[in-house]
Amino acid sequence: MDFSVIVEYFPRLMQGTWVSLQLIFLSVVLGGIFALPIALARISKNPLISGLPFAYIFFFRGTPLLVQIFLVYYGASQFEVVRESFLWPILREPFWCAIIAFTLNTSAYTAEIFRGAIQAIPVGEVEACKVVGMTKVQMYRRILLPRAFGIVLPAYGNEIILMLKGSALASTITILDLTGMARTIIARTYTPIEIFLAAGAIYLVISMVVIAIFKQVEKRQNRYLGPNPVKLPDDV
Amino acid sequence: MKLKKLALGSALVLGAALTSVSGIAADKVRLATEGAWAPFNFIDSAGKPQGFDVDVAWALCAKMKADCEVVTQDWDGLIPGLKVRKFDAIIASMSITEERLKVVDFTNKYYSGGLRFLGLKGEAFNIADLKGKVIGAQRATLGAQYLEDNFADLATLKFYDNQDNVYLDLVAGRLDVVLSDELPTFDWLKTSGNGDKFEFKGDAFLKEDNIAIAVRKGDKLKDKLNKALDEILADGTYQKINAKYFPFSIY
Repeated sequence: MDFSVIVEYFPRLMQGTWVSLQLIFLSVVLGGIFALPIALARISKNPLISGLPFAYIFFFRGTPLLVQIFLVYYGASQFEVVRESFLWPILREPFWCAIIAFTLNTSAYTAEIFRGAIQAIPVGEVEACKVVGMTKVQMYRRILLPRAFGIVLPAYGNEIILMLKGSALASTITILDLTGMARTIIARTYTPIEIFLAAGAIYLVISMVVIAIFKQVEKRQNRYLGPNPVKLPDDV
Repeated sequence: MKLKKLALGSALVLGAALTSVSGIAADKVRLATEGAWAPFNFIDSAGKPQGFDVDVAWALCAKMKADCEVVTQDWDGLIPGLKVRKFDAIIASMSITEERLKVVDFTNKYYSGGLRFLGLKGEAFNIADLKGKVIGAQRATLGAQYLEDNFADLATLKFYDNQDNVYLDLVAGRLDVVLSDELPTFDWLKTSGNGDKFEFKGDAFLKEDNIAIAVRKGDKLKDKLNKALDEILADGTYQKINAKYFPFSIY
């Protein structure tokens, strides 16, 4: 074990970390924005509205993220039509291909999490809304979505951490994210254990920050539930 | 009682697994290749590794009278895998470099390579014009290292997991030029159907690039392989394999 390589290449690992953070941030934000309408359409009792979101979620949850990245990056570029379209300036960039694949993937998972949260709200609360005469829009805006937001947090935090780890696959399409950078360094130094240990530690730190943020938001969002009502006896 | 049985059962399984692993390590020579570097090593339609490297490997095994197995491993995991004894030698068109010599030993060369640029047919090419261009290569190869050393600040460099993906992105137009080993690219131009659109640019360089078999540092397997290599060069076996893939000598 030679830990001096970690010190020597730490600045480059940090460059990779920055790329990883950009990838995760952009795809999580975009994915979150797309997820809400997808989830609402998915809940609809009208099969014409819920059919497409169902197929979308089914596809993106049922296929590996790596396959999705390869389809966007290597798949689309095989077609002359795509290469000559106005989309090519975006699709030729590996960074944006990764953002597209990650966003599609995470929005499918997040939509499912939202749907679960909305449907987990007790029927009594929905009925109460109807009894006081709220319209559907009012009901969602005032009661259901804020309630769902509180329920969704633990599962959503989990999804962001899964996305963080999934982002390592960006290295397969030439992006120098944290994993890509680590592999490029190893190609020169042949010290896989040292460099991957360092990269793993950096991922761990990012996860810890995400977990800490979610813990705070959860605490604030669910503060109406009050402090833990079950008090354990001291002498157990 | 049930728990005891379970513990006993898993202990037996574990024991069996351990003995079988050590059994392999004891008498089989495991040679690793990449399987994505046609015509030197590739996977045929039956899923078996084939190519020049693999033919040489079997010829050497026959001379050594050893029980051999050829396994495949992604390129950038080859040297790490050798170090942790997942296999005993790498025969995957690997060049002898200073960096690699720090971690593994090499046999004598079994052929010599050389790097050459590849680009769109008809476009003028000058090595000085590569400034600002997008250049692709396979990660952890001599070509990638040459680019990092000479073009890191001048051009945009993109590194791929295997050579097939480099070609895919060249055809897709994401890369202006590719730097790779001359011989496999010679084969690609001939067989992939892209020979009418792409061509070699400039002359081959780093021709003194020696390709050899890598073994763990201090492993006696090196001497055995060298002896077998001399034998197949002397008795014409090597020349037969060479002629199967290239119309000229690549030694």
